Amino acid sequence: MQSLIRLLFAAVVAVGLVGSASAQTPADTLVMAKQIDDIITLDPAEVFEFSGGEVIANVYDRILMYEPEDTEKLVGGVAESWTVSDDGKTITLKVRPGQTFHSGRAITAADVAFSLQRVIKLDLTPAFILTQFGWTKDNVDSLVTATDDATLQVTTEQQFATTFVLNCLSAGVASVVDREEVLAHEVNGDLGHEWLKSNSAGSGAYKLIAWKANDSVLLEANENYRHGAPAIKRIVIRHVAEQAAQRLQLEKGDIDIARNLGADQTVALATNPDVVVGTYPKADVFYLGLSQKIEPLKNPKVRQAMRWLVDYQGMADTFLKGSFKVHQAFWPSGFFASYTETPYHLDVEKAKALLAEAGYPDGFDLKFDCINLSPQQDICLNLQSTMGQAGIRIEILPGDSKQVITKYRARNHEMVSLYWSPDYMDPHSNADTFARNPDNSDEAQSKPLAWRNSWDIPELTAEADAAVLERDADKRAAMYIEMQKKIQDDSPFIIMFQSTEQAALRANVKGFVSGPTFDTVFYRNISKS
Amino acid sequence: MADVVRQSTAGAARRAPSLLRFARRVGIVAGTVALTFLGLLFVTFIIGRVIPIDPVLAIVGDRALPEVYERIKLELGLDRPLYVQFWRYLTDVLQGQFGKSVLTGNPVIEDIRQFFPATLELATIATFLGVALGVPAGVVAAVNAGRWPDHLIRVLALIGYSVPVFWLGLVGLLVFYAKLDWVAGPGRIDVAYEYFIVQKTGLMLVDTLLAGDGAAFRNAIAHLALPAGILGYFSLAYIARMTRSFMLEQLGQEYVTTARVKGLSEARVVWRHAFPNVMVPLTTVIALSYAYLLEGAVLTETVFAWPGIGLYITNSLFNADMTAVLGGTVVVGSCFIGLNMLSDLLYAVFDPRIRRS
Repeated sequence: MQSLIRLLFAAVVAVGLVGSASAQTPADTLVMAKQIDDIITLDPAEVFEFSGGEVIANVYDRILMYEPEDTEKLVGGVAESWTVSDDGKTITLKVRPGQTFHSGRAITAADVAFSLQRVIKLDLTPAFILTQFGWTKDNVDSLVTATDDATLQVTTEQQFATTFVLNCLSAGVASVVDREEVLAHEVNGDLGHEWLKSNSAGSGAYKLIAWKANDSVLLEANENYRHGAPAIKRIVIRHVAEQAAQRLQLEKGDIDIARNLGADQTVALATNPDVVVGTYPKADVFYLGLSQKIEPLKNPKVRQAMRWLVDYQGMADTFLKGSFKVHQAFWPSGFFASYTETPYHLDVEKAKALLAEAGYPDGFDLKFDCINLSPQQDICLNLQSTMGQAGIRIEILPGDSKQVITKYRARNHEMVSLYWSPDYMDPHSNADTFARNPDNSDEAQSKPLAWRNSWDIPELTAEADAAVLERDADKRAAMYIEMQKKIQDDSPFIIMFQSTEQAALRANVKGFVSGPTFDTVFYRNISKS
Repeated sequence: MADVVRQSTAGAARRAPSLLRFARRVGIVAGTVALTFLGLLFVTFIIGRVIPIDPVLAIVGDRALPEVYERIKLELGLDRPLYVQFWRYLTDVLQGQFGKSVLTGNPVIEDIRQFFPATLELATIATFLGVALGVPAGVVAAVNAGRWPDHLIRVLALIGYSVPVFWLGLVGLLVFYAKLDWVAGPGRIDVAYEYFIVQKTGLMLVDTLLAGDGAAFRNAIAHLALPAGILGYFSLAYIARMTRSFMLEQLGQEYVTTARVKGLSEARVVWRHAFPNVMVPLTTVIALSYAYLLEGAVLTETVFAWPGIGLYITNSLFNADMTAVLGGTVVVGSCFIGLNMLSDLLYAVFDPRIRRS
């Protein structure tokens, strides 16, 4: 339906109906149109949605964090420095002096310890990022301690790679909350959870004034922010689901930034002098999952053939232009331990030969679960066409994203196409799902992507387990690169693209930064000339 | 005295059956309403349980630990048999507890209080426009059947009825918002006013008036004009077509010929004799059209970023947030049933035969 709307919209634009009457938003206010109906909570112990993650990244400072000045360099946030014990299990962090919460209270190590302990005790969805350290409700008070007002000690049960622990301490769950404020709103021992869902108690560049579900978010500048007061005093994020409406409002000047435009719309906006289209590389990878329960897909030569039946560059250069780039490894490019080789391209003859060797000279039938949104469905149609050239007859089963994921988690698919975005910026985040499958049985507790595709990989699982413990950064990077090569050579994953966000801004808007993940989007440097 | 006693006894005897009839009628209506609600809830509940979406996923996401997933599943009662789940939901609803929405994290009743007024405001204005313009247009078309006014109205009605509303919305935005600057863009009010108007009723026009802010009121009208106009056009098209059809039938009746033969003016024949007879079926048409709009015009709400009940229910359904879907369904169902009952009552107002019976 959305494609149809876009098509009709494009047709109307083509006949020149769009006018150029312009309005302006207030100089100290930024109005952003975005699809924010995914926000279900703004408690940092629970947030795991894209839009919610972006909001809390601007409301809470984290223990360690990425800053808008360099979104790929991990630096101190609430903590200004850290040291690691000889056994590698204890990290001592020094809290930056002179910082205050929005309430005006000084930030102490006790607040930082409380924030981490709270995540473990509430045990909500993103808690797994911290429970990896062996922290439980019973031991977290003794493993995460404030030794004085400025010193925090965190101890892990195992000797993990330091980079891994530090990266986890930069995730949303490491947002520092105002202990006194939160506990003042505690109800029935919920550690302020209900209240914090729609209120804030942070120390970030902005404070949350209001969140109306499916409607809008209002933020107000923190005049006492440690980097100085932001130039924009109010940020209004409005839920505008329809891309065409976002574009119209941007061109009219009723909004300053449109965040969800399609590739065709950003191309059309290129000629508008009042609008600038920004391109921001993201860490999401787009892949095909091939179930190892399906007979032809068990054959390594078939999987190899299918890798040669994807028109990677053709898609990236046409309907995906600007929103995807070719990438064929499970960890995105531009980060520690990235692997950027892209050996595969469309080669139908080679694929046919491999299929013949595998015993499928006439191809086979395959069901393909595909999310019924653009551009996923366009990618699926393209794959149906190119794979069909070698005799693989694909039947596309379109579905809503949750429907496709439900089926995928139940291992009832044959082939599926989906995104994967890292939970924290460490390669283990993706290795943990693409290269680990500790229990391939139907009763398995953990359901990583390898499990969902019924891929039994004890050796690779052991390699991933070893990599997360390796303390030598170079060796560790080499281990992840090796795993990526193996998965690129032969696995049930055909990784095709890394995504890119395109946001359209009014020309007078400067300083908007959208980093590689959904929670490295920063508003504090934005200004309007 | 004996006569008085007899009379009063006779009066009581007459009142008793009429009271009995009234009680019976009330009982039948209440029973019908209760059964309709029960059926509505049951069907919606079953649909929510058979759609191939895992409702736990909507809450915990795709990456939650197994124990978190299991805990939420138990909290939702999804481990229990379907009939137990339904009974639990039903008893909660009867106690006025609609549960909590997964997507918004709010009690469903609060969400409905937030989203429904937006739809109510839009639907009411649209229906008002539809009736105010559609009924006269239908009458004019019928009176001029086969002539150019009839053709013109039929074509306009056909366009309104057959062109997708979302497309009209997009074109409307391009022309009246982007090009001509006659109306405001998507949303219910400008950012400059949004957080300063106290939401007392949830109806933006009323709230801005109550706030005594004339500029905000005008701004709210500017935002409402286009979506209400588009939906009003859709409503007009339907009402005009039906009015024309009803009127044509009446204008062919012998009593109309008789009235004309008696020398009554054409306006009197049409408006005083024929038109009252189409009021009964027309009431049903208007009530259905209004109820349809109250259900929430999802696509219009999407195009105009209008946070209404239609979008709320649709989003909830796509995320298997069945508590929210069921809560919304109860509201929409109530509207349908309420409007049906209202149109039943209006039949009696418009048709003396029904009143007498």
